[in-house]
Amino acid sequence: MVAQAVFYLLAILTVGSAAIVAFSRNVVHSAFALLGTLVGVAGIYALLAADFLWVIQLLLYVGGILVLTLFAVMLTQGIADVSISNRAVGRAPALVISAVAAAVMIFAVFKTPWHQAAKVMVGPTTYGIGNAFLDTYALPFELASIILLAALIGAVVISRPIDRRTESPSEGE
Amino acid sequence: MQTLVDNLIASGMFGAHPPRDVIYGLFIFIFSLVVFLGVAFPFAGIVSWVERRVWARMQSRCGPNRVGPNGFLQWLADGLKHVCKEDLIPAESDETLFKMAPYLVILAFTLPWAVMPFSSSLILADLNVGILYMTSVTALTVVGVLMAGWASNDKWSLIGGIRSAAQIVSYEIPAGLSIFPVVLMTGTLSMQGIINAQGWAPWTWFAFSNPFTFIAANVLYISALAEGNRTPFDLPEAESELVAGFATEYSGMRYLFFFAAEWGNLFIIGAIITTLFLGGWKFPHVSNNPVVMNVLELITFNVKVLFLVFVSMWVRGTLPRVRIDQLMSLCWKYLVPISFVDMIGTALWLAIWPQGNSIAPWIMMALFAAIIVIFLGRVLHYFRRSRMELYLSPTI
Repeated sequence: MVAQAVFYLLAILTVGSAAIVAFSRNVVHSAFALLGTLVGVAGIYALLAADFLWVIQLLLYVGGILVLTLFAVMLTQGIADVSISNRAVGRAPALVISAVAAAVMIFAVFKTPWHQAAKVMVGPTTYGIGNAFLDTYALPFELASIILLAALIGAVVISRPIDRRTESPSEGE
Repeated sequence: MQTLVDNLIASGMFGAHPPRDVIYGLFIFIFSLVVFLGVAFPFAGIVSWVERRVWARMQSRCGPNRVGPNGFLQWLADGLKHVCKEDLIPAESDETLFKMAPYLVILAFTLPWAVMPFSSSLILADLNVGILYMTSVTALTVVGVLMAGWASNDKWSLIGGIRSAAQIVSYEIPAGLSIFPVVLMTGTLSMQGIINAQGWAPWTWFAFSNPFTFIAANVLYISALAEGNRTPFDLPEAESELVAGFATEYSGMRYLFFFAAEWGNLFIIGAIITTLFLGGWKFPHVSNNPVVMNVLELITFNVKVLFLVFVSMWVRGTLPRVRIDQLMSLCWKYLVPISFVDMIGTALWLAIWPQGNSIAPWIMMALFAAIIVIFLGRVLHYFRRSRMELYLSPTI
């Protein structure tokens, strides 16, 4: 009973903040409302006994991605202007696309034979996740780290100031 | 705490068929109130007075000594003053965000107390991802600080907020990596699990168990000070350049919230280091009475944490503020590589000596003792050249 009440509170938090993200005319408000969505999702993970996942959700999404988003949004000029927000998209096509997407999703929800999981006590998941990464899913894990490494090197190359000494005189301005 | 509530329910205190969810909820509420109102906020208040007195002594001043014995009630007076002040909201500010920011900062300050291991049974919730939880919820502070900086609509606040975000995001990396050596050695993320892997004696603490963990403890302390916006890393609120940084436009209670959180965070920094590296609440088994043992453990934990809090005041009273480029180069060019080496080094150490090396702790402790002796020598040198009575009377 309490668990259900908590679930609905978290769902309201998640969906309500997501609505602010989508409908707010102020981009900074949208970015801050993302906090509610991410924390709400973390709470739902916690409710599902995914203990490692919900903390990682907080650590990476709130502590990392949200802060970087805010950083980028705040450093953009004239951010509080309405014109920067994507208001000008046509209403009619958006309505059609949303209606079709909603219909498909509702259809899928009612058509899928949902499995009712047996009520089991779920233990700690950290060991399992760690073992899976280094055992069954070692290759995808390593591939992901190579992609991240490439992104990191790319960021360094882009943000690095051009060294004037290595340039040939003809290219200098 | 869960075992205590389970025992109460089993003893039939709530009838034959107790509504478990409701009772758990009620007890979580009561325990949280006790921790926040009885420990966290009074600590933040009292430490503000202690800190001002300690700095004053370090800078040959008196400090607040009028309200109550030795000025002890100064923190209550300050709190009352801030409550009575007018709550100013700048006309051009973003009002909703401006009002919300202090609450986010306070939230980020209160959440870590849920896994604070005061003693073997005094812990609200021994999550099995405890230390990870602690580092991730403290990351919420940065959102509050950014919000305050932007909503004030003021250049000082914005620069302060952006600086704070850059600083916290950068220093989270060495802080997170310095936790890894201990996690590697214990194989658990739970606060009590990490403490139970250590003993009461200093040579069983992780700080001294090998050279890499010793360095990791220091890296973690430096990074934690930077994350808590403490001098020498208090660039987000550098008074000489940014008025009061992100808190420039705040007044009254909202201003107090920011600073209560900042002072209270000192306890959290100390508790993280104590848990990971200094043996937590471990005390020799001297009594079979669980109440006596818990009180002794509570005292042990608090003494260690308060010592670390004192060290941070000490650092704040003696070191000048760093520049922003020095701050960033310290983090990215020194602390991050050092913590990577620590991590790999600990892994190698564990591969060579899986059960731990019995000689290394003694060598580490000898080195530490040597540092202390050299330090004490310097202190005595200055003591001999100064007027002793000024330093030895604690109440001026």
